[in-house]
Amino acid sequence: MSLIEIRNLHASINGKEILKGVDLTINKGEVHAVMGPNGNGKSTLASVIAGKDNFEVTQGEIIYQGKNLFDLSIDQRAAEGIFLGFQYPVEIPGVSISNFMKTAINEQRKYKGLDPMPTFEFMKLMEEKKKIVELDSKLANRSVNEGFSGGEKKKNEIFQMAMLNPTLSILDETDSGLDIDALRIVAAGVNALRSKENSTILITHYQRLLDYIVPDFVHVLYEGKIVKTGPKELALELEEKGYEWLKYE
Amino acid sequence: MNGLNMNSFKKAIRPKEEDFAGFSCNIPQLITHRINQFNGFFFENKDSSLKINNGTIICSMETAKQKYSSILAEKNIKDLSSYEEGLFIYVPKDAQIDLPLQILDIIKAEDSILINSKSIIIIGENSKLKLICCDDTVNNKSSISENSLQIFLEDNSSLEYYKMENINNSSSIFTETNFILASNASLTTFWLSINGGNIRNKLNVSFEGEHSKAELYGLYLADRDQKVLNEISVKHNKPNCISTQLYKGILDDSAEAEFKGHINVGKNAYLTEATQNNRNILLTDKARVNTQPFLEIYNDDVKCSHGATVGQLDQSAMFYMRSRGITERSARMLLMYAFCNEVLSKASLQELKDKLQDIIKRRLHGELSSCENCVLVCNNPCESMDVDITKIN
Repeated sequence: MSLIEIRNLHASINGKEILKGVDLTINKGEVHAVMGPNGNGKSTLASVIAGKDNFEVTQGEIIYQGKNLFDLSIDQRAAEGIFLGFQYPVEIPGVSISNFMKTAINEQRKYKGLDPMPTFEFMKLMEEKKKIVELDSKLANRSVNEGFSGGEKKKNEIFQMAMLNPTLSILDETDSGLDIDALRIVAAGVNALRSKENSTILITHYQRLLDYIVPDFVHVLYEGKIVKTGPKELALELEEKGYEWLKYE
Repeated sequence: MNGLNMNSFKKAIRPKEEDFAGFSCNIPQLITHRINQFNGFFFENKDSSLKINNGTIICSMETAKQKYSSILAEKNIKDLSSYEEGLFIYVPKDAQIDLPLQILDIIKAEDSILINSKSIIIIGENSKLKLICCDDTVNNKSSISENSLQIFLEDNSSLEYYKMENINNSSSIFTETNFILASNASLTTFWLSINGGNIRNKLNVSFEGEHSKAELYGLYLADRDQKVLNEISVKHNKPNCISTQLYKGILDDSAEAEFKGHINVGKNAYLTEATQNNRNILLTDKARVNTQPFLEIYNDDVKCSHGATVGQLDQSAMFYMRSRGITERSARMLLMYAFCNEVLSKASLQELKDKLQDIIKRRLHGELSSCENCVLVCNNPCESMDVDITKIN
């Protein structure tokens, strides 16, 4: 059974149509790369799935684990297992990462009818997951993303993903602004979290990331539609020929 | 004054002590020397814990004028005859007070009353004091309380001053506090306007010696039709002094706040450092804030800065938090709490900080609106919170 099915999705912002009929089906355990030039709707697709409300969905539907996604609020979608790794993670002064994560985990548990996670268990989980992305222990006590370097912010996204253990992760341009070492660490983190039970959408416009996280499928999002789908080799072809090539296809 | 008909208020008379039995401002785990003022009148604390064996004097202004006129004479206090019912505290030279002093100003009105008290505090050379002033009403009756306070910090002395204004919605409090700093003195103030119908605070700092510093922190939370004014004036009369101001406020419903911050750097006050910051969050379209920084600088060799912001809760932070599964309500609470915590985090008395965090949590949670007169008595920790925001840092 598919994990998420996006059917004929149209979305606009301020009356301007960005997504013009996206169809995409993802099964459990799969990694899908969504590539394409900037300004063609990749980040909009990520935001619409996560539930950002400045986008207006004008047509189409998204069925996630049998549920109509548009019936769920942003936080309900998260509690149902959807995670968005931000292209530009937000700074939240005064809220420490550990408090942020504790609140998120316990609110997700509350949604599922579970008791809050005992503190010692939470601390253990933090220690364990910090290692996955080599997140500096000192950072965990600092305010969320405040004064973090670009690399630290992206590591923090993957750390949060590890903590929340989502079913569907959407990583929006996780590779942007990363040097090669940080990219390796982030990719290793994503790979470590890969399983038969969860799926990932990687949004990127460089092939580079896909050397480290090998996708099962590559899609090209162009002018608001998925115009081409192929195996991982498609990324190499795009790298070689450029997106211009698509126009002639 | 502010549309208040003062004529309908009766001047408070000295109440009976037993009427105030049972009211206390408990801060769990924090032991203080308690000083009681009921309806603005000083009451001797018979509790033995108040015996401070280092020459510290705590008495009414009336007594002070009779017994300690020589101390008062040194300070050239204007209009001394008008000081009647207030409080006099004198910490002698080289004294360390082991516990914080806590002035508990409790208002219990039968009818609308007008309270007027003027107090003087002197902290001697090399002495240190932590002072907590709690203003509380214990019922819903209206009152107007006018407090004037002169605080002298002698050479090398230090004061940490906490003011907690937590009065009912039909009451007003007008304070005027003057801090006069000699050389090498250190002052930190926390001004927390937690609840009250109409709150006006005037805080004046005057540097009369070199190498002194003043850190002024403020936090105001107002909802319904509440009004809060903070008027601050810092006078750098001498060189090498440092002052900082950080005032933050959250305004809900139709609440109004005003911040007037005045920094004056005199001609001879070279190497002055003065900063001022006022930040506000408006939760509704009807809430209003008026912020007016005013810098008057008569010297070139200074570092001065000021800033003011008025805004809503950060929507991108809201989306970020919600995308992690935090509900909208909790995300709002966390952001507001984090905003307040920048001020609270500067406080050094951990037990007081914990209590304040609890009060602020309740306040943001909307609990105090429904249970206004039990602020003092309900010491149960805030159970109904779904988010753990006790240890934010």
